[in-house]
Amino acid sequence: MELNILTLCYLIASVTFILGLKMLSNPATARNGNLVAATGMTIAILGTIFLYTDSDGHKLHNYGWIFGGILIGAVTGTYAAKKVKMTAMPEMVSLFNGMGGACAALISAAEFYHIYRNRQGAPDTPFHELVPVGFYITIVAGAIIGTISYTGSIIAWGKLNGRVKDFSFKGQHFVNMIVLALVLVSAVLAYRSTIGNIYLPFILIGFFAFIYGILFVMPIGGADMPVVISLLNSFTGVAAACGGFLYDNKAMLTGGILVGAAGTLLTILMCKAMNRSLTNVLIGSFGGGHKAGAAGAKQQGTVREITLSDTAMVMAYANKVFIVPGYGLAVAQAQHACHELEKLLEGKGVEVKYAIHPVAGRMPGHMNVLLAEADVSYDKLMEMEHANDEFASTDVVLILGANDVVNPAAKTDPSSPIYGMPVLDVELARNVIVNKRSMKPGYAGIENELFFRPKTSMLFGDAKKVLQDLIAEIKNL
Amino acid sequence: MDSLLNWITVNQQIIYIVVLMIFVGIEVIGHVPSVLHTPLMSGANAIHGVVIIGAIIVMGKAESDNYLALALGFLAVILGTLNVVGGFVVTDRMLEMFKKKKK
Repeated sequence: MELNILTLCYLIASVTFILGLKMLSNPATARNGNLVAATGMTIAILGTIFLYTDSDGHKLHNYGWIFGGILIGAVTGTYAAKKVKMTAMPEMVSLFNGMGGACAALISAAEFYHIYRNRQGAPDTPFHELVPVGFYITIVAGAIIGTISYTGSIIAWGKLNGRVKDFSFKGQHFVNMIVLALVLVSAVLAYRSTIGNIYLPFILIGFFAFIYGILFVMPIGGADMPVVISLLNSFTGVAAACGGFLYDNKAMLTGGILVGAAGTLLTILMCKAMNRSLTNVLIGSFGGGHKAGAAGAKQQGTVREITLSDTAMVMAYANKVFIVPGYGLAVAQAQHACHELEKLLEGKGVEVKYAIHPVAGRMPGHMNVLLAEADVSYDKLMEMEHANDEFASTDVVLILGANDVVNPAAKTDPSSPIYGMPVLDVELARNVIVNKRSMKPGYAGIENELFFRPKTSMLFGDAKKVLQDLIAEIKNL
Repeated sequence: MDSLLNWITVNQQIIYIVVLMIFVGIEVIGHVPSVLHTPLMSGANAIHGVVIIGAIIVMGKAESDNYLALALGFLAVILGTLNVVGGFVVTDRMLEMFKKKKK
């Protein structure tokens, strides 16, 4: 009876996961979708704790440990998630993803140990006699994928908050291949060894997977981190599904595979938004400063600065203004000031819209989330294709802390690392005003010739402060 | 080879679920607007936290004197909970900002 109820719990959980994802892909239902999935998850977890019995009919024990762990995890998780700043949310997602990966890897390790411990008395038993190959593949795949996802996510987290710098060396992809091969070789060795000798190969599997996760993410440019996080997210999904295989648990299986498939598609959608293929992102990493620096050096021209009062004048008397937000806006937390400027200008009869590049900020949708926080209405947010049709009839484009997404080199310079990425054609507008903190290159580490064009003027300073001063100036006009 | 085929037959139910879920996963988010890419990724991140169930089972099955298994399981439960709880809370915070506005 209890087992049947547990089956029902897992069924409900599986359905809520599918429903939740479906609802999450529609703005009107997204928040409820998240709650639906969370409810399903709670049911599955509580059901497991109280109703699960293993094949011999034993119930779970060690309740103190289980509840202790859940309590620690829940308190820390809630605290971290509540405290994190808007700008740091992508990092947080990466970190939580890494935790899931580590969890999957630990489960595999514990299962391995379980088999080992039961047969300790007979060290000469070949391991493959105890475990069917399919079962072994799921355990070892959970360990490998989980570990890669863990270290990869931690590196991605470090890159997004600037703690880890891009690092690549010649022949790195070759080295990566070798490390990956070593992971697989260790996995085969472990399967072929006897119980007495299995320790070393198993530790080697974990060790090489650990290294591979680091090497895999290390050379990929910070600008591509969203794609990497999404990919690692789907990895963890697959690792969770391996656990589902292991315990014949349908909720883990559906949840894991669902995320694995949806995460992979999401990764591809993100790559498409940048007009690049996944292999291009993973293999053709941004090659650091050398080449780009040289290309940038010869483009150095004169930069024209503009004063606040001139900016206020140009904007207040324009017919149509486009605001292009970027990561700088998020860092400065200037979304509210931005909305205030928009209302002020609208009051003066200026048409104000936002041009949202799909990969502006650190994650796709980052800007939308940020502007939504400041109550900017949906209709004002234009996607790239529509915005590009309108720039020619725009008087002023105000760029707030965006850089690579407005770099014309993506269209004109085949040697540029971002060549081929669709960008906002802001140079078509009559005036382009760029707010940046300094002339430092953007996240891709390349110069932007837009800043040296005659129609462009620079307005240096922190986005929030500049916007507040600008609002004051416009009010004084 | 034989054992692998045999394994497929034994687990055919599970394999069916995997194949169907792949299609469902792709179909379900196929039309997501780019506005929701980040929250969707975050939500999916929370859902794969279902791996915690495995952690609970490991923990609950461990013999009381099996300290390595207890330690591994305990750590796994903590990490899994972090993934689930943190994931859902972060997603909710992101979506909180998408308050419906009158058009």
